[in-house]
Amino acid sequence: MDYTILILALPALSFLLLALAGMKMSHRVAGIVGTLSLAAVTVLSYATACSYFTAGRMEDGLYPTLVPWNFEWLPFTPSLHIDMGILLDPISVLMLVVVSTVSLMVHIYSFGYMKGEKGFQRYYAFLSLFTFAMLGLVVATNIFQMYVFWELVGVSSYLLIGFYYTKPEAIAASKKAFIVTRFADLGFLIGILIYGYYMQTFTFTPSEERLMQAGMVLPWALGLMFVGGAGKSAMFPLHIWLPDAMEGPTPVSALIHAATMVVAGVYLVARMFPLYVDFAPHVLHAVAWVGAFTALYAASVACVQSDIKRVLAFSTISQIGFMMVALGVCTDADPHGGGLGYMAGMFHLFTHAMFKALLFLGAGCIIHAVHSNEMEMMGGLRRYMPVTHITFLVACLAIAGIPPFSGFFSKDEILTACFGFSPAMGWIMTAIAGMTAFYMFRLYYGIFWGKENRELHARHTPHESPLAMTFPLVFLALVTVGAGFIPFGRFVSANGHAYDIHLDWGVAGTSIVVALAAIALATWMYARDRQPVADMLAARFSRLHRAAYRRFYMDEAWLFVTKRVIFRCVSVPVAWFDRHVIDQFMNFLAWGTNAAGESLQPVQNGRIQAYTWWFLSGIIVLTAVLLLF
Amino acid sequence: MEIEIHVIHYLVISTVMMFCGIYGFFTRKNLLALLISVELMLNAVNVNFAVFNRYLFPDRLEGHFFSLFGIAVAAAETAVAIAIIINVYRNVKQVLTDDITDLKG
Amino acid sequence: MNILSLFVLIPLLMLLGLWMSRSLNQVRGVMVAGSGLLLVLAVWLAVAYSGLRSAGADEEMLFTASVTWFAPLHICYSVGVDGISVVMLLLSAVIVFTGTFASWKLKPLTKEYFLWFTLLSTGVFGFFISTDLFTMFMFYEVALIPMYLLIGVWGSGRKEYSAMKLTLMLMGGSAFLLIGILGIYYGAGGETMNILEIVKERIPTEVQRIFFPAVFLGFGVLGALFPFHTWSPDGHASAPTAVSMLHAGVLMKLGGYGCFRVAMYLMPTGAAIWGDFFLVLTTVSVVYGAFSAVVQTDLKYINAYSSVSHCGLVLFALLMMTRVSATGAILQMLSHGLMTALFFALIGMIYGRTHTRDIRQLSGLMKIMPFLSVGYVIAGLANLGLPGLSGFVAEMTVFVGSFERADLFHRACTVIATTSIVITAVYILRVVGRILYGTCRNPEHLKLTDATWDERFAVICLVVAVAGLGLSPWWASSVISASVEPIISQLSQL
Repeated sequence: MDYTILILALPALSFLLLALAGMKMSHRVAGIVGTLSLAAVTVLSYATACSYFTAGRMEDGLYPTLVPWNFEWLPFTPSLHIDMGILLDPISVLMLVVVSTVSLMVHIYSFGYMKGEKGFQRYYAFLSLFTFAMLGLVVATNIFQMYVFWELVGVSSYLLIGFYYTKPEAIAASKKAFIVTRFADLGFLIGILIYGYYMQTFTFTPSEERLMQAGMVLPWALGLMFVGGAGKSAMFPLHIWLPDAMEGPTPVSALIHAATMVVAGVYLVARMFPLYVDFAPHVLHAVAWVGAFTALYAASVACVQSDIKRVLAFSTISQIGFMMVALGVCTDADPHGGGLGYMAGMFHLFTHAMFKALLFLGAGCIIHAVHSNEMEMMGGLRRYMPVTHITFLVACLAIAGIPPFSGFFSKDEILTACFGFSPAMGWIMTAIAGMTAFYMFRLYYGIFWGKENRELHARHTPHESPLAMTFPLVFLALVTVGAGFIPFGRFVSANGHAYDIHLDWGVAGTSIVVALAAIALATWMYARDRQPVADMLAARFSRLHRAAYRRFYMDEAWLFVTKRVIFRCVSVPVAWFDRHVIDQFMNFLAWGTNAAGESLQPVQNGRIQAYTWWFLSGIIVLTAVLLLF
Repeated sequence: MEIEIHVIHYLVISTVMMFCGIYGFFTRKNLLALLISVELMLNAVNVNFAVFNRYLFPDRLEGHFFSLFGIAVAAAETAVAIAIIINVYRNVKQVLTDDITDLKG
Repeated sequence: MNILSLFVLIPLLMLLGLWMSRSLNQVRGVMVAGSGLLLVLAVWLAVAYSGLRSAGADEEMLFTASVTWFAPLHICYSVGVDGISVVMLLLSAVIVFTGTFASWKLKPLTKEYFLWFTLLSTGVFGFFISTDLFTMFMFYEVALIPMYLLIGVWGSGRKEYSAMKLTLMLMGGSAFLLIGILGIYYGAGGETMNILEIVKERIPTEVQRIFFPAVFLGFGVLGALFPFHTWSPDGHASAPTAVSMLHAGVLMKLGGYGCFRVAMYLMPTGAAIWGDFFLVLTTVSVVYGAFSAVVQTDLKYINAYSSVSHCGLVLFALLMMTRVSATGAILQMLSHGLMTALFFALIGMIYGRTHTRDIRQLSGLMKIMPFLSVGYVIAGLANLGLPGLSGFVAEMTVFVGSFERADLFHRACTVIATTSIVITAVYILRVVGRILYGTCRNPEHLKLTDATWDERFAVICLVVAVAGLGLSPWWASSVISASVEPIISQLSQL
C-alpha cells in the first residue's frame, strides 16, 4: 500500500503549486489543478478502502493495522520522537473516504459558488492545504502527528474563515475560531505531554507495563486530550467559535465546519478509545454528559435562529454532541455488550458528514440565489430551485431520523446505545432527536415554503444553480439515501470484530414517532404563510426566546472573560507595571548615578590650589594612618 | 669655635625650603610665584638626596644622580611652565590662579 | 590557518574594503560579497562538521586551534565549534546576509552604517567561535558597542535615550560578567582561560555559589531575563531595521549561549543552587512578555515583548537541565532568531512606507502590499508555533524536555510556560487582524507600493530558512542534541 503516500503528497503539492504560482494562473486552471489532485486523492482513498476491507481479516478476526509509511521526523529521546507516517485501520480508512469525498464535492461545488471571486486561486490553495492537513490528521500514526496536523487544520480553518478578509465580521470570527481552539489545544498539548512522559511513547498503543503503572495519570491525560477535542468539535462551552465561523464561504463551512474538521474531536476520542474505555471510564462518561448537554443546548438555540447557516451550525454542534454521547456511553469494548456506541458514533460521523455537507451546500445554493443568509429573505423557493429543494429535503429527513434515510440508522444505534447505558440518557437523547427534527423542518419550511418575499424576488429572481453546484448536491443526496444500508458494523466496531446492525424496534419506533410528531408540529407552525403560533410563543416567552436567540449569552460571557478579565485585569496592568515600575526602576538607577555625579561635581572647581589642598590633606591623612596603625 | 655641620643642619634647611615652597604654593595666586614655590620644593628634595647619599651610603652615587636628575627636570619643567604661563597670559590676560578655571569641565 | 578564523577575518577584510570604497555601489558590493561569503562558509562548516561527526570524530569541539595572546593571564585566542556553535554561526550568517539586503536603501551615511554593522558582526561571529573566556568576553564587547552608535545615529524616535539605555544596561550586565569570568578563572586555579580545560577543574562550591549568578545575570540581561529586559522594547523600537534584526536575531542569542556554555557548563553546582530561583524568573519572563505584548500598540514593541517571552523560553528550557529541553532551547534560539529577524525586517519595510508603526493607524495592508503582508502572516504563524514552521519544532522540544522534570515545582513552571502558546496566538492574530485585514482607512496608504526586489530577497531567504527548519528539523535537532550531551552530563553529575 505504498501508494497511500500520494494521498498526502498530492494535496500538499497542489497547495504549494497554487500558493507559489497561483497568482499567475487563471481561475479556471487553478481550480482544475486543485480539483484534479483531489479527484486523484479520492480515487486513491477509495482504492485504499477497497483493498483494505477486501483483503480480509486476520486470523484473530480483526482487520490488520497497517503502517505503510513511517519516518522519524523530530527525535527527542530514543523512546520519544515525533514520527510522520500513515496508519491504516478501519476508522482511519473510513475517515479517508469521508474526507476525500466531501472535499472533492466541495472542490467541484466551489467552481460554481466562488466563480469570479477575487482570490479564487488562494481559495483553492487553502482548500488543498486543509485537505492535506485533515488527511494527515486521520492517518496519524501517533498522537503527536495528530497534534501537528490538528494545528494545521486549525490554521487552514482560520485562513478560510477569514477568506473575505475585508469583512470585519470575518476577521473577528477567524480570530475567535483560532484562539478558542488554541486555548483548547493547550489542554490537548498538556495531555499529550503527560501521556508521553508516563507512557514513554507517543504511539496509540503504550506498553502494558507502563499502562499498569500509570494509575491516576492516564485519566488526567485523556481528560486533557478531550479538552482539545472539545475545542475542535465545539463542545460546550468551547463551542462559541463555530457559529461565527459561518462567516467563511459556504462550501468551506460544509467541508470544515460541518463534515470533517469539527469531527476531529470525535475521531480523537475514537482513536484513544481503547485507553478511555479501559483506564478512564469516568472520563468517558463525562464526555457523554458534556456531549448530551451540548446537544441539548445547541438544539434549543437552533430552534430560534434566523440565519440559516447559524441554524445549521448549531445543528452541527448538536449532532457532534450525539457522536460524543455515543462514544461516551460505552462501558466495554464488545459491541454486543456495552460497546455499541463506538460503532454508532463512527457511523453517525460518516452519515452526518454526508448529509450535513449536503445541507450546507444546499444552503450555499440558496444564499447564492437570494444573496442573504436571513430566512426572512427566503420563503417559497421550492418553485425556483427544484433540485436544491429535493436534495435539501432528503438531508432534512436524514437528520430528522426518518427511515430509510441514513441518519435514521446511525441515530437509532446511538439511541440504542444510550438506552443501554441509562434510560435517562436514552430519553434525553430521544427528546433532542425530536428537537432536531423540529428545527430542521422549521428551517426547511422557512426556506422553501412559507411566505415568499415577492418584492425582493421581483427585483432579483432566484434561479437554480449551475451544474457544478447541483452535481455535488445530487451525489451527496444519493449517498445520504443509500448510506444507511451499508453494513457499517462489519467494518468498524469497538473491539474490531464484525458486528451486524440489527434495529431495536422499540427504540426505533419511539424515535420515529417522536421525529414525525416534531415534523408535524413544525409543519403546523411554519408551513403556512403566516406563523401565528410561533409568533405567539415568541411573544409569550419573550425572555426565553431572546436568550435562546442570543445563544444564552455565552458569547457575552466569553467576551467578558477575555476582554474584561484577561485584557483589562491582566495585560493592561502587566504592561503598566512594566513601563512604570520595572522600567522606572532602571531609569531611577540611571538617574541615581547621574545625581551622584552631579553632587560630586563642585569638588572639581578648576582651582589648582583647591586641588592641592585635597592632595595635601590626603597625604597627611595617609601619613597619620600609617603612623598610627 | 668650630661648629660641626651635621646631617641635621642640612635637613633643617631643606625642611624650611620645603615648607616655604608649600606655603608659597598654597597662598600665592600668581602663577610665576607658584612656579618659584615648586622650584623651592624640588630643590629641597635635591638637597635631601645629596645629604642622605653622602651620610648614609657614602660609597654609592644614586642619590647624587637623582639630584642631578632633579635639577635637569626642574630646568625642563621651568622652561615648559614658563612657556605655558606666557601662553595663558596671552590668551586670558591673567596669571592669577583663581581666575583660570576654564578646564574644570 | 584555522578555518574558523575566517569568520573573524572576513568581516575584518570587509571593514577594510568598506573603508576604502568610494561609492555606494562599492559599499554594497563589499557587503554582499562579504556576507555572502560568510553564509557560504557557514553552510560549508555545517556540512563539514556533520561529515566529521558521522565519520566518528568524538571530541567535544572540532576545528580547534589556540594561539597564546597574553601569557601571564593565560589568555589565548582559542577557537573551536560544536553543534551548538555551528547552528548559531549559520543563524548569524543568514541574518547578516539578509540584514544587508534589508538595509539596502538606508540613508544617510551608508558607508559608516555598514562599517559599524560589520564590526558588530565581527563580534558576533568571534563570540560563537571562541572557547577562551577572555576572548569570548572581548568579542562580546565588540558586538555591544557598535549598537550604541547604530541606534543613536540611524535610529528613529527616542533614539538617544534608547541607545543609552540599551548600552548602559548591557554594559552593566557585562560588568557582572567580567567579575564572574575572573571568579571562574581564579576559582579554577588561575591556570587557564580555556573553557574546555576549566571544565575539567572542580571549581569550589562556594565560588560557584557566588559567581554563578553573576555570570548568569550578565548574560541573562542580554537574553532579556525578567526584570532586566526593559532595554529590549525601547532599543528595538528605536533601532534601524537591520540592527533590530541582528540584535533580536543574533545578539540576544549570545545571552542564551553564554548562560549555557559559560555559566551552566562551568559551574554546575552553582546552577543546581540557583537554578530554581532563575527558573521562576524565566517562567515569569515567558508569561509576562506575552501578556505585555497583548496590549502594545507599536509593532516593534509587540515584537520586542514577544522576544522577551520567547527568549525567556530559551533560558527556561536551559534551566530545566534535561537533554531534550536544552536541545529545545538551542532550537528555540535558532527559530526565534530567524522568525524575529523576519518580523523586524517586515516591520521595517512597512514602517519605511507608512511612516508609522502604530497599529491603530494601519489597516487593510493586505490589499496594498500583498507580498509584505503574506510575509507578515507567515512570520506570525511561525511565532505562534504553527507546525511546519520553525517555532513549533522548538517549542515542542522545549515542552517535551521540560516535562521530564517530574517534581511539582518544575511541572508547575512548565504548565505555566505552556500557556504562553495561547497568549502568543492572541497578540499575533490581533495585529494581523488589525493591520493586514480589513479595508484601508488612510487614503495616503493607498498609494504605497509593495516590496522591491532587495526586500523580497531578504524576506524570501528568511521564510525559506524558517520553513526549512520547520519542515525538516531532524538535522538541526540531532546535531544540537549530540553537542548538548556533554554539558548536560556535567550538570547531571551532581
